[in-house]
Amino acid sequence: MIHIEAVGRQLAEAIKGYGNDYIEAHLEQSQTSHITYRGRELESVSQTTTSGGNVRALVRGGWGFVSFNNLDELPAKVELALKQARFVGNEESKLAPVEPVVDIVPSEMDRNPVNIPLAEKKKLLDEYNAIIWNTPKIQTSIISYGDSHKKCIFTNSLGSYIEQERADINLRLTAIVTDGTEVQQVGLSLGSRGDFSLIQGLHQQVEQMSQRAVELLSAPQVKGGEYTVVLDPVLAGVFVHEAFGHLSEADFVYENDRLREIMVLGRKFGSAELNIVDSAAIPGLRGSYKYDDEGVPATKTYLIQEGKLVGRLHSRETAARMKEKPTGNARAINYRYPPIVRMTNTYIEPGSISFEDMISDIEEGVYAKNWYGGMTSMEMFTFSAGEAYMIRHGKLAETLRPVVLTGNVFATLNNIDAIGSDLEMNQGGGCGKGAQVPLSVSNGSPHIRIRHCLVGGR
Amino acid sequence: MEDILTQAKKVAEEAEVFMVSSEEIPVQFEANRLKHIQSKQSRSLALRIVRQGKVGYSATTELGDSQRLVNNAVETAQFGMLAKFEFPSPASYPLVEVFDSNVESVSIEEMIKLGEELVAVVRGHTPEIVCEAAITKSITSARIINSRGGQANYRISTFSLGIEGSLIRDTDMLFVGETQFSCHPILESKAVSETVIQQLELAKNRASVPSQLLPVVFTPYGVASALISPLMVAFNGKTVLEGASPIGNRIGQHVFDKKLRIWDDPTIAYRPRSRPCDDEGIPSQCTPLIEQGVVANFIYDLQTAALAHTRSTGNGSRGRGGLPAPSHSAFVIAPGGTSFDEMVGDMKEGLIIEQLMGAEQGNILGGDFSGNVLLGYKVESGKIVGRVKDTMVSGNVYQILKQITAIGSDARWVGSFVKSPSLYCPSLSVASKG
Repeated sequence: MIHIEAVGRQLAEAIKGYGNDYIEAHLEQSQTSHITYRGRELESVSQTTTSGGNVRALVRGGWGFVSFNNLDELPAKVELALKQARFVGNEESKLAPVEPVVDIVPSEMDRNPVNIPLAEKKKLLDEYNAIIWNTPKIQTSIISYGDSHKKCIFTNSLGSYIEQERADINLRLTAIVTDGTEVQQVGLSLGSRGDFSLIQGLHQQVEQMSQRAVELLSAPQVKGGEYTVVLDPVLAGVFVHEAFGHLSEADFVYENDRLREIMVLGRKFGSAELNIVDSAAIPGLRGSYKYDDEGVPATKTYLIQEGKLVGRLHSRETAARMKEKPTGNARAINYRYPPIVRMTNTYIEPGSISFEDMISDIEEGVYAKNWYGGMTSMEMFTFSAGEAYMIRHGKLAETLRPVVLTGNVFATLNNIDAIGSDLEMNQGGGCGKGAQVPLSVSNGSPHIRIRHCLVGGR
Repeated sequence: MEDILTQAKKVAEEAEVFMVSSEEIPVQFEANRLKHIQSKQSRSLALRIVRQGKVGYSATTELGDSQRLVNNAVETAQFGMLAKFEFPSPASYPLVEVFDSNVESVSIEEMIKLGEELVAVVRGHTPEIVCEAAITKSITSARIINSRGGQANYRISTFSLGIEGSLIRDTDMLFVGETQFSCHPILESKAVSETVIQQLELAKNRASVPSQLLPVVFTPYGVASALISPLMVAFNGKTVLEGASPIGNRIGQHVFDKKLRIWDDPTIAYRPRSRPCDDEGIPSQCTPLIEQGVVANFIYDLQTAALAHTRSTGNGSRGRGGLPAPSHSAFVIAPGGTSFDEMVGDMKEGLIIEQLMGAEQGNILGGDFSGNVLLGYKVESGKIVGRVKDTMVSGNVYQILKQITAIGSDARWVGSFVKSPSLYCPSLSVASKG
């Protein structure tokens, strides 16, 4: 394999000597392995080695960007990025100041998951697949496992030089059942910062998941309309990510005067019990890191405190243009893309209500659990639950087909009227923004209750 | 590439080397202004082998390290599935025109000018709109060789021109947008800006819909965002092989409305999803999926076809650099004879769906979809009266496509992948806050 530390040093030299224009460069070398099952048998297994980099230049407010796999002729790539930036620039460059950093951050894992023998990974997946196939009415299973180990180098014309390593594991299991006419599926998403043991020993969870798929075959579909809805920690985490998190990404806001008016700090978004945080600084979660892709140290950022908007997520440029402090949220999915403002680990802080108390006064409502997917258009969001139950007379009642919830962010945050005490972080899945998907993030919440939530149905 | 093939043949019965390289240049506007110019150069090499009857696979961007590539493939082959297929021998490929050298010579200045024009025209119509625009040109080269002497190579040029606008009034947000793709340069921005301006016109007024069953017209964009995903999954040979496709055992049967014809076509000249052969070197062909409402064919790659005892339809695709799997090239729905205006005129009270958000989150396999109408219009007495909001629709693709009132004469490309007319459906469940 190419020795990328050596290339990193060349690149650090190549970006020097261009005066006031800002230049930064990223290098990345990753190894990944993937194993998929469709049906009883392992379907594909592959190993990939990738190395690549990019140079990004800022001249008079305009950006140039060159990405490449070929690590030769670095000075020419720097020149090209500068040339592009000069084409664009016609105002003053603005970047929030940060101290140059020289640091080497090793991986938190002593065992690189990519180096675990394929045979060991396959054995575990075989066991899970066997459990799914033991389910009555099983039609097929889909299992997708991936792990990666990445070494990243960041350097800029201000003298920063940072090496960071990270490992990642993700696993998605899906059971598909049929009774001859109806097809139903239930999935389970898991992830970790490269710790293989966290996806081991989940046999019972896999069995429950498969059983649930069978129950869905005979479950009714909810009648569409407005309900009081209780979300479990997993789904509430998706909700906070989709419905509010994206709106607090400053790149949507900073050049849009109308959105700036809406997202003005101090505006009331919810009840005084509502606190929403994004923090890459918590160690060990899938959205955690020490420095972002602009070399800015990770921070804990309150987005909503006591129901009021108090902060947002920034890159160096958005922070400077909004005259706020950088938060270390500029991230790129890989070297092929420039960093943009992204979430990391986003969660609702716990309150004090138990789940039982939360549902006890609901005459007719929906309890929605488990992530299936979610999307937002800033104002409107939809997200779907993998599991759902009616709540009747303060108690859980019949199982429902998966439900899709939708609403207006502003109204819905105001309609959260109970926040549980049971915060849990969900490590499965990934976030998409533009073409950059899936980015490792985590999100979490305690159980929450939302009044007047629109639920799609027949 | 030949060296790697030689090296691989020493340790494996069969081998195939696939290399793809590309350069993409996007010029991007943010908040109405030019913001970014990029150049994305990439190349990667993939090796697939059959060793002791089993498939092994590895890929790399480090072209110098062929030994590692071969070793990784050998390691994975211990666990790979049994190869049921043979790599293709030398074949003749159809002439599919997908390269126009004029794309390469479009200058950055011209691309910037196109973006400025687009933004200016859209803002000329609605001054307070905030626009993002992207003008992108790219050239991709692919080459494939295998141990049976099969080989193919081709180049594709792509040009795209698109704009998205957001219009915010207090906490009310409207999103409009259009992107066009071609293998030719698109040097006229008018068609794109006109589409966006039409969306802005139709969305000027607000209207409310009742929560009940309503007749619905899906525009081409609406068809793509609501109905295509479940069909793609259902017609995929892999889903069929697993027994998970609801139409898997219904070849030759009337499952859809008689007016409906759909095919998969990678041979249409100068479309970015076209190519002379697929990623396994199998010649491209047009594959009918639905003919007069009858399920006609499913799509296959080599391995899936072999397992299903049929032939590859030339739909092997490597997706994100992994092993080939069946994947649609371009999804084309035949136009009908009814104009869009006639459809609207026919509705006493109804809904037009231009964009549905979140439709793909439901039980796709069963054909269920449910989503928020991100852009849609209310029809009263045959006239569009305004944009609807806080509205959700739910339905089942198979029920909707079983009985279609009319198919539009307005077939057009939506993005690079779907060509569809408007579809007029008698009833769909609508839930709304009004």
